[in-house]
Amino acid sequence: MKTVFEPTKGMIPVDTSYCPGCGHGIAHRIIMECLEERGSLGNTIGVVPIGCAINAHHFMNVDMCESTHGRAPAIAAGIRRVHPDQVVFTYQGDGDLASIGTAEIIHAAHRGEKFTTFFINNAIYGMTGGQMAPTTLIGQKTTTSVNGRTVEQAGLPLRMCEILSQIDCAVFVERVMLNNPANVRKAKAAVKKALDIQDARLGFTFVEFLSSCPTNWGLAPKDALNYVGQNMADYYPVRNFKTPEGF
Amino acid sequence: MSRVLMKGNEAFAEAAIRAGVKCYFGYPITPQNEIPEYMSHELPKAGGAFIQAESELAAINMAFGASASGGRVFISTSSPGLALMQEGIGFIASCEVPLVILNVSRGGPGVGGIQPGQADYLQVTRGGYNGDVKVPVFAPSSIQECANLIYECFDIADEYRNPVVILADGMLGQMMEPVELPEARGITPVEKINDERPWAITGTDNHPERNVVYSLRLDPQVLENHCFDMFEKYAKAEKELVRWTDQGLEDAEIVFVAFGTMSRLCVEAIELLEERGIKAGLIRPISLWPYPNAAFDKIGKNCKVVISTELSMGQMITDVKTAVQGRWPVSLINRTGGMVPSSIEIADRAEKALKEATK
Amino acid sequence: MKKKLFFAGAGGQGALAIGQMIAKAAMEEGLEVTWLPSYGPEMRGGTANCTVVVSDRAISCPLINEADVLVVMNLPSLTKFQSMVVPGGKIFINSSLVPVTSDRKDCDVFEIPCNDIAHDLGNERASNIVMLSAILKETGIVKEETVREQIEKMFSGRKAKFLPANLAALKTYLD
Repeated sequence: MKTVFEPTKGMIPVDTSYCPGCGHGIAHRIIMECLEERGSLGNTIGVVPIGCAINAHHFMNVDMCESTHGRAPAIAAGIRRVHPDQVVFTYQGDGDLASIGTAEIIHAAHRGEKFTTFFINNAIYGMTGGQMAPTTLIGQKTTTSVNGRTVEQAGLPLRMCEILSQIDCAVFVERVMLNNPANVRKAKAAVKKALDIQDARLGFTFVEFLSSCPTNWGLAPKDALNYVGQNMADYYPVRNFKTPEGF
Repeated sequence: MSRVLMKGNEAFAEAAIRAGVKCYFGYPITPQNEIPEYMSHELPKAGGAFIQAESELAAINMAFGASASGGRVFISTSSPGLALMQEGIGFIASCEVPLVILNVSRGGPGVGGIQPGQADYLQVTRGGYNGDVKVPVFAPSSIQECANLIYECFDIADEYRNPVVILADGMLGQMMEPVELPEARGITPVEKINDERPWAITGTDNHPERNVVYSLRLDPQVLENHCFDMFEKYAKAEKELVRWTDQGLEDAEIVFVAFGTMSRLCVEAIELLEERGIKAGLIRPISLWPYPNAAFDKIGKNCKVVISTELSMGQMITDVKTAVQGRWPVSLINRTGGMVPSSIEIADRAEKALKEATK
Repeated sequence: MKKKLFFAGAGGQGALAIGQMIAKAAMEEGLEVTWLPSYGPEMRGGTANCTVVVSDRAISCPLINEADVLVVMNLPSLTKFQSMVVPGGKIFINSSLVPVTSDRKDCDVFEIPCNDIAHDLGNERASNIVMLSAILKETGIVKEETVREQIEKMFSGRKAKFLPANLAALKTYLD
């Protein structure tokens, strides 16, 4: 019999702990597929965040460590100093990266750290039960903004790609979204490019994934994907912000 | 071996390099700034890496990453900086990752001042981290001991897979004394990391099983078992890591208990008291956790009072009382806020304490 | 033998440096030594000071209650610290910058025009070495030769052009 499809060896063959319709599973898989395709699974070190994806090390088949909340970029910087030749990445959510960890991500970019950060933006705190994130959209209802987020009370949502692309030593910055197969393929292309640029040691590389959280958004998975493609993409333009020459 | 005249801060830094440190991460804070300065130009020459972190929070987490992936790591800070690092210390202990942390402490509370203080005693021996964590703490009192202790602490941290803290103060950091430096060991090459630390995350090609360094254990039974395991380790530490020096305990009427800078003032106060016909002795804890309770069993029958002598409002005195177990009255001689008493002040106050104890 | 020395001046006058040179020379001559500086914001303009203890036995305490030798490079240092000298102790005053003498009639007071002599030697920044010369002559605490070797090491390479003035400054009172 001819094998027409095999799951990636980059994912450990267990059920994930993520909710139906959650984007983490897709993001995990495309990152791990890229690492497998380039033969990097055995020489990759990953850092997981605080948040739902703290469990990522149960699913991603590479050496990994946990982090304190928001500090994954500092931890990855330490790993990079010991391992100049390995592939190093952090995987972080929006509460972790865009709220408690803003100093670490800004300074990792500022130093041009030679690792890649995968940023999963689902506009909400998932693991703690649906509180407002810095990335929560205006009008979006969460457990700490029950009538919808307002500018007066919480300011405007933070656009991390726009901020990080201002930093000279952040050399690759791209926002993608995980709302349909075509966009997932584009997301995978961005992951591959980020890893190639990391290999070239040109500077800090960053991919933001607009992703869904049906459970905490109170939407059915399909409606959640529509919310990503319409509401989120409206505020967070899906595009490449920066690519070094030759890539 | 030839002696060199070195500041405590420089001796710590140089001895750490000689112990084979791969990474140092620091953030400027007085009175330990000579250490990041020294590391920034000397560590790269030895093949190591230096980052001036954006904060103490980042520094302790960089340290975690470097050590979890197998590098020998040293970080230093001063009191308020250590307060910022506390979450990281507890996390690193929970992950069973080794690390050597130096606190060149200053006067507190809050931002406090920058003159010498020992008001971090409780911060380092009890910690501000959450959970059932213990961290061995050592307190040197001379520049030679600074170099010797830090050199040894890397091995202790590795053996116990736990953070180890060295508590110095601004005076030790800034003072110069002759020091014989230990021999340079060299940095473990990256391909040898898993031979020494099989658990380190280096990439799965380098070791038979996938490695994960983690703290989260959502199953309470699993977490309880983890705490039990850690406490077996801590019980071993309580047997093996106890260190102290003592003098004149057999016939002392007054027994000072003091560590670090304060112990050196006590030695001079003991000489002054001797001139006044009073016999005094000293217990100098080197390990602050585990505390050298056994030292107190050496105190002779002439003892009238045990005096905890501290640069704080009296933090070690709790441990002194526990060690004394009601056998003698316990008194306190202290200054704080960066004020350092003279040996004369200590002798005078000790004489008064002796009179009160024998009233 | 145990000698306690205290050096004070404005930041940049080199009081801490000559304290350190004596400490290093004493170590090289096989003695025990401690050098303890003041540290903190006062280094940026106020008085900077250091304590040096030299002994042929282990030194318990680097802090001193009284000094055998006081060296002051400016007026505020004299005012502030002259009371700490033991009766019969030695006080060295940089008379180029201190217009008064010490109130301490029970001490040996040496008025050394450090800046004027250094100026005549062509490098006013060697004023502390002029003071060092006087200290070595009057106390004999360390050998001239040990100190001279340090100065030669200190002013080598790019700094070699400062060596002659500093060596001449060291010679001031030692010929």
